[in-house]
Amino acid sequence: MLTFFENIGRGLRLKITRLGAATRLFFTIISYSSESFKRFNLTIREIYFTGVLSLIIIIVSAFFVGMVLGLQGYYTLQKYGSSEAIGVLVALALVRELGPVVTALLFAGRAGTAITAEIGLMKATEQLSAMEMMAVSPVARIVAPRFWAGIITMPLLASIFSMVGIIGGYVVAVPLIGVDEGAFWSQMQANVDFSYDIVNGFIKSLVFGIACTIIALFEGYDAPPTAEGVSRATTRTVVTSSLAVLGLDFVLTSFMLSV
Amino acid sequence: MKKDLIVSIKDLAFGYAERQIHRKINMNFHRGKVVAIMGGSGCGKTTILRLIGGQIKPTSGQVEVDGKIVHEQGRKGIYELRRKMGMLFQHGALFSDLSVYENVAFPIREHTDLNEAVIKDLVLMKLNAVGLRGAHNLMPTELSGGMARRVALARAVALDPDIIMYDEPFAGLDPISMGVICDLIRTLNDALGATSIIVTHDVTETFAFADYIYFIADGIVAAEGSPSDLKKSQLPFVKQFIYSEKDGPVPFHYQANEYISDLGL
Repeated sequence: MLTFFENIGRGLRLKITRLGAATRLFFTIISYSSESFKRFNLTIREIYFTGVLSLIIIIVSAFFVGMVLGLQGYYTLQKYGSSEAIGVLVALALVRELGPVVTALLFAGRAGTAITAEIGLMKATEQLSAMEMMAVSPVARIVAPRFWAGIITMPLLASIFSMVGIIGGYVVAVPLIGVDEGAFWSQMQANVDFSYDIVNGFIKSLVFGIACTIIALFEGYDAPPTAEGVSRATTRTVVTSSLAVLGLDFVLTSFMLSV
Repeated sequence: MKKDLIVSIKDLAFGYAERQIHRKINMNFHRGKVVAIMGGSGCGKTTILRLIGGQIKPTSGQVEVDGKIVHEQGRKGIYELRRKMGMLFQHGALFSDLSVYENVAFPIREHTDLNEAVIKDLVLMKLNAVGLRGAHNLMPTELSGGMARRVALARAVALDPDIIMYDEPFAGLDPISMGVICDLIRTLNDALGATSIIVTHDVTETFAFADYIYFIADGIVAAEGSPSDLKKSQLPFVKQFIYSEKDGPVPFHYQANEYISDLGL
């Protein structure tokens, strides 16, 4: 019985230690950021890898999500005779929730795993140690540019996701089902509030960007320098990021709705 | 006037929570010399390089580099000391996303404001010294193990360091590459007037070109001297190591119960 509680305690202590280490990495990144900003081309390069190369998966997913929303929304709304509200439903669902959340989940799977694997392998092949021995800080040269790239990229990707999703919803609702085009756009324009809906969605994607990127960076930086260690760290990145995004989404939504 | 002694290790002890690695190590490295640190696997040879480079801190004792105690330095101080050092890692540790040229240019770009034309000349000179000027456009994945080690050596000496550290420079190399690396270590050391510290367990190669050798065992310096002195040594550990004897002070068998009792007889 004691062993059972001992194991729970040990596991909990390990989690808290890792949370502390990740927080410490976060502050170390912040302290090295000015050094990293002096060579902003490194961050731009990472924006290309994490952002531009994620565009395909974001656009394709967003289009299908928008189309499904259009279909599901129409069949529910028509029961109540308000199928013209389909534009509002699609837009609000995307801007408030699905845009930031699904983008963050896709980001964790596409860019987060790449960041963890790359940094983990750099550690395993002593590239980070080599950099340190050359008096170059790996945090300033490798970690900080990826962190800022993640933060800049996530809101942009979420905006693109919402935009493409709305186009997907439009394609299903207007040309295919025959909802009035004027009603689709005008209802959306009248009911989507910039400061309430769009800004809140932006804040969410910013928070998800920080969470997903710091998790991916920490897992890579902390990975045991072996093949197994890197593969486990990569898996942990996806699992932890996904849970963090969903948990943070609930917390942020409750704050936003209570304001 | 520069001091003759560039690295000195005094009463150094180091260990992790579960294992003591060094108990009391004393070593001196003089300018212009090629010094080897030898010993069995896991005796803490590479750890000594990491202690010299300030990547880890000793439990007690101290490492002094160019008159400064390494573990007392802050980040800035450590980085200043590291600019005087070059290190060749066991498998080269080349940056896999950069070409051979960019790998060698990396420390120059990071620490100097030289223009591109000068950087190009410097990189090509360093690559020429290791015989790989013609490979400057290749990526690390296109290189053999020996070539990667030579590129890493060119990168380690890119800023003409005072101390060059080699971590197992001969591991996994064919005899030709091994000969090339041996020759390069000696030539570069003499040309740059540097001090080379080599961590290795390759007896034949090391005894052929090192000026001084330290043997580590059980957390202390078990023997030291010039290669000719050590060849004459009667110490059982040194004899076992030099003549590759299977059993001796370093036992063949890992600590275990009685064989018969393990077999249940």
